[in-house]
Amino acid sequence: MSFMVNRFEEGLMITSVDWALNWARQCSLWPVTFGLACCAIEMMATGADRWDIDRFGAGAYRPSPRQSDLMIVAGTVTYKMASRLVRLFNQMPEPKWVIAMGACTIGGGPYYKYGYHVVKGIDLILPVDVYVPGCPPRPESLLEGLLRLRDKIAHNTIAKASPSQAESAA
Amino acid sequence: MSEIELQGQPDVLIDVDAESSADMVTEELLINMGPQHPSTHGVLRLLLRTDGELVLEVTPHIGYLHRCAEKIGENLTPKQYVPYTDRLDYLSAMNNNLTYALAIEALAGIEVPERATYIRMIMAELNRIASHLVTFGCFGMDLGAWTAFLYSFREREHIMDLFESTCGARLTYSYITVGGVTHDLPDNFVERLREFLDYFDPKLPEYDGLLSNNHIFVRRTANIAPVTAEQAIAWGLSGPIMRACGPRWDLRRVSPYCFYDRVEFDVPVGEGQMGTVGDSWDRYIIRMLEMRQSVRILRQLLDQLPDGEVMAKVPRTLKLPPGEIYMETENPRGQLGFYVQTDGSPIPYRVKAKGPSFCNLSIMHEICRGILIADIPAILGSIDVVMGEVDR
Amino acid sequence: MTPEQIAKMLQDKFDQAIIEARVDGLHPHVVVPADRWHEVAMFLRDDERMKFDWLRAISGVDRMQDGQLEAVYDLHATQPSAEPGGLWGERHSFAVKVRMPRDNPHVTSVADVWPAAEWHEREAYDLLGIVFDGNPDTVTDHDGTHPRRILCPDDWVGHPLRKDYQFPEEYQGIPGWAGDDRPLDKKK
Repeated sequence: MSFMVNRFEEGLMITSVDWALNWARQCSLWPVTFGLACCAIEMMATGADRWDIDRFGAGAYRPSPRQSDLMIVAGTVTYKMASRLVRLFNQMPEPKWVIAMGACTIGGGPYYKYGYHVVKGIDLILPVDVYVPGCPPRPESLLEGLLRLRDKIAHNTIAKASPSQAESAA
Repeated sequence: MSEIELQGQPDVLIDVDAESSADMVTEELLINMGPQHPSTHGVLRLLLRTDGELVLEVTPHIGYLHRCAEKIGENLTPKQYVPYTDRLDYLSAMNNNLTYALAIEALAGIEVPERATYIRMIMAELNRIASHLVTFGCFGMDLGAWTAFLYSFREREHIMDLFESTCGARLTYSYITVGGVTHDLPDNFVERLREFLDYFDPKLPEYDGLLSNNHIFVRRTANIAPVTAEQAIAWGLSGPIMRACGPRWDLRRVSPYCFYDRVEFDVPVGEGQMGTVGDSWDRYIIRMLEMRQSVRILRQLLDQLPDGEVMAKVPRTLKLPPGEIYMETENPRGQLGFYVQTDGSPIPYRVKAKGPSFCNLSIMHEICRGILIADIPAILGSIDVVMGEVDR
Repeated sequence: MTPEQIAKMLQDKFDQAIIEARVDGLHPHVVVPADRWHEVAMFLRDDERMKFDWLRAISGVDRMQDGQLEAVYDLHATQPSAEPGGLWGERHSFAVKVRMPRDNPHVTSVADVWPAAEWHEREAYDLLGIVFDGNPDTVTDHDGTHPRRILCPDDWVGHPLRKDYQFPEEYQGIPGWAGDDRPLDKKK
């Protein structure tokens, strides 16, 4: 490839389509406001001034699922809420990711044994990408989860369908 | 009805079937607000029956966060149940712990050491300030004032630091438990709390300038959905929204629990300063005034704080004698009540939690007639419900 | 008024309607049968010496040992201040228990006496199955005529706080437990 060396000016970046798309997607994950319970308060604290989530590009919370690509399920999901959760997830356009925040969304949390109305983990109804444990998780934990999701997105390729795309195609 | 009065502007009558609009066919709309909505303060579904922009009826639908707290209470010992009380009104977890602990201690006849009671009161008042800060921030955010949210959460982080250094948790503490508190205060807690109070005092007039006297905020909240004192008592309201209607009623003064009779504080009531007594602005300003009173109480408590034990001698398996009690305390949102029935075994027979937001929310149906859709966040924000204690 | 005076006044007025009075202890209350409850409630609210204007809570209790369901009404009487703007006080507080048979639990709604009762009654029906006849928000479906459920979904089966409640195996296709784990079957 010797004809490319020193041919162009400084500031030109050559990369792959995958890398560029992944970089764009991971650095502007816009969450949908889906705070349900106590974890929502920690999610709000993560968006507030001390642990500013906006510095990772994820601070533009969108009220509508149609304009967002990340769903941070923050709080306990009950059976009454479950159908709405799935409906909102289906309304999100591809590509989309889900962070399960808090013990309740991972496996039912403290309501595991006697909670007749609590869904024992949202992976029973949604494909989850990152699990953030804690009750509630500290804002730093949520930020770590976000960074892990960014790493996960960095390994995506547009040649293969993501799990949620595969599910909706199936 | 052919005419409906627009709330907030009593001299404006909207003619809903005027002849001039005879060529325009309008129908009533059923609009669904929630359960996922940025300004419903959690998973609340409001069914609005509207005629254009005018709301004719609001029906709240709850239960989207029903986490079976009462069934769990029938299957766990009191010490095991304390973390679940945190998650009722998760913004004022210390206060919930306190109510349940007081109920069980009264039943079991446990006497709590003096220092523990003072620490409990300090934590309860600090949590009151933290909770009212979230109300202030979220109310501002609902109406479009983002700055209020950032300021209030900045102050709240200082309080979270204090709580974290004491018990390790930021939101759901489980610190006040049966018999006392789990840990003693750290060595420098009193100095740090005094520093915080000195830092926080000048912020409150700043917030007044930011939001309370803000012309847009006043226009959006004054004269909106006023509640009379008779309505408040008949519908079982309690807490700041009951005081906003006029009655100077505070459970900490009426039947003092812990040592609230040893501290002096005022009980602010709504006076209709910007509009009608009991409107949304009154419900909001009560909380700002209560924060000032909490700071005053905290300073007195820090002066009176004695040394001593922080936990009574509670047996490993606490046997609860047969009996029952209904215990209420003044939480930031109203009066949280625990009805506990025991039958002699270590596990209570029935634990019923009455969340104040449950009663406070029931008045939405009554007061939301003749408002605009844009007034609903103002009303909800001023009632300030937390769905954790509505649905339990 | 002390709890003893309140209980005595009720017994004098209603005689047979007051089955039991427990005034010592932490939670003084009287027990009233379901068919007389509404008139007792009106008296409690309207009588000049009683004036119970504030319904605090309605708690349902499942008394398996008696085969009865019980609704516990916690009431409160406020005392407005003598001078305008002064502190309000508490006149007295009391509780009333209404017992009904477990297989036919009907009691008249007191939502016309205390509007706060509407939601509390809906919750007591939802979680325990106590049917409050006359509740403003009543529906008729395969379970009969009853207050509308408030916490559980409308198609929920059973009343969760009953002592013999069976936890659901699944709801609308969502399994009740994750995998094969059945924590309630495990021995402690």
